[in-house]
Amino acid sequence: MRKILQFYIDGFKGMTLGRTLWAIILIKLFILFFVLKLFFFPNYLKKNFSNDQERSTHVIENFTKTK
Amino acid sequence: MNDIIDLTLIDWSRGQFALTALYHWLFVPLTLGITFILAIMETIYYKTGDPEWKKITRFWMKVFGINFAIGVATGIILEFQFGTNWSYYSWFVGDIFGAPLAIEGIMAFFMESTFIAVMFFGWDKVSKRFHLLATWLTAIGANLSALWILVANAWMQNPVGMQFNPDTARNEMVNFWDVFLSPLAINKFLHTISSGFVLAGVFIIGVSAWFLLKKREIPFAKKSILVAAIFGFLSSLFLITTGDGSARQVAFKQPMKLAAMEGLYQGKNGVGLVAFGILSPASTDPTNEKLPDFLFRIEIPNALSYLIHLNANAFVPGVKDLLNGNEKEGILSAADKISRGKMAIETLRNYKNAIADGHKDEAFQMRQKFMSKDFQDNYFKYFGYGFVKNSNELIPSIPLVFYSFHIMVILGSWFLIFFIFSIYFIVNDEITKKRLFLKIAIFTVPLVYIAQMAGWTVAEVGRQPWVVQDLLPTVAAVTNINAGAVQVTFWLFALIFTLLLIAEVKIMTTQIKIGPKEGGH
Repeated sequence: MRKILQFYIDGFKGMTLGRTLWAIILIKLFILFFVLKLFFFPNYLKKNFSNDQERSTHVIENFTKTK
Repeated sequence: MNDIIDLTLIDWSRGQFALTALYHWLFVPLTLGITFILAIMETIYYKTGDPEWKKITRFWMKVFGINFAIGVATGIILEFQFGTNWSYYSWFVGDIFGAPLAIEGIMAFFMESTFIAVMFFGWDKVSKRFHLLATWLTAIGANLSALWILVANAWMQNPVGMQFNPDTARNEMVNFWDVFLSPLAINKFLHTISSGFVLAGVFIIGVSAWFLLKKREIPFAKKSILVAAIFGFLSSLFLITTGDGSARQVAFKQPMKLAAMEGLYQGKNGVGLVAFGILSPASTDPTNEKLPDFLFRIEIPNALSYLIHLNANAFVPGVKDLLNGNEKEGILSAADKISRGKMAIETLRNYKNAIADGHKDEAFQMRQKFMSKDFQDNYFKYFGYGFVKNSNELIPSIPLVFYSFHIMVILGSWFLIFFIFSIYFIVNDEITKKRLFLKIAIFTVPLVYIAQMAGWTVAEVGRQPWVVQDLLPTVAAVTNINAGAVQVTFWLFALIFTLLLIAEVKIMTTQIKIGPKEGGH
């Protein structure tokens, strides 16, 4: 286990181009999860209905509104 | 619902999804293909012990690393959109998508991520054999990641192995193997990954051609071209075979898409295959019987009938047959399907009303009727048609699908020829003298990306108006949210993805200019 950990530590320490790429990955993940997901992409059905029964009812009402 | 939902909202939601998916797909195919080319190059190094092959492998591994890092997680945005913009669709398909995507997350992603670390950090630290194994497993893992999402996509194009539950309005998986092994899913997976293999082959040849034009790294470039060209050539042959299989599946499961791909308005026996054509600008109006389909076309007689049915005189339906019906060929008219779809929706409505009113016996009978084989096969099968108001809504954009399809096929044919020339020039040691060909090789790199985008345009625009074939049209799948909010996130995504693309191109070109020097990751 210790060997595996050391393998990763040495690998990360020895990175050159990898540092830039990891910086891009981390910035990207931050924007995705802490900006876009949090502020722009709420789960509509989870946010507006408290349980699956209510969600089902709402979806069926929407599907069956068409005449 | 059609009365309430604004078409602008649907268009912006579709546009946003298309933008995200197409940008995401700029990164994916190179990963799918280059990992296998890397594995082959490293295998040669393992077998020969020649350090030149190690240098070659490490350079292309760096290129893969850049592409992987920039592209990773860009697909997650699509899942965000499912929950916000497409919540009714997400609910409708939830149980079907859950299994394949969960397997993807657990199996392929973790396998891929673990072995990528060994690939980059493990040179000279783990045995050559274990390092090679890690490279092969990265390639297999990357392609397995694609498998699950493509199985899910294939289910949307051909929903099988499920049962709709009228109590929850969700589809429930009843047979995993029907979903996983559906012929459409298998063809889609094989066709998609082989297109990634072709892209990677073209990409490596294009970059290597740049080195040869600059008279730099000659042995490196020649060896890279040799592997990429042979790999690309074999992948091209496989791509054509799987493309043929995919088109045959489309013909049976999505005949309107096939009609759009071929610009076929009026079906007939012994239909030719359009090799090249220019559609009549006004011919997209299927109600005008006298309009010519094409201004100009080059057609291979009877070829479409033969390719689909292995019978040169077989009947292939056109747009008009699919709208008006064709009793002789057993094709229901759109009006008939719409009527059956409305009946399915009405039965669902009556069932829910009976439950709400506390009429237990009536509800029980309604449910029995809804779940009966006769109702499922003759009414629920057309559920989505119940949302359609005008049968012309069932026609996808024919010019967009037709031209995208033909661009894809023409470019795909060019890649096969390109690989043959590459192999010929490299085997005869003439490639450094063929400067025009080397320039063409660089120019072919953007073309292979265009072919990828054209392929997805055929697959996704061609199936409109369906999100889930015959069961759920776009208009019923979209969440009724503010179109303005969707527009804001559309431009936000456009900005983020463009920045990522600029970063990719800049880092990639910088590293390519540095060339294949030893060390560093």
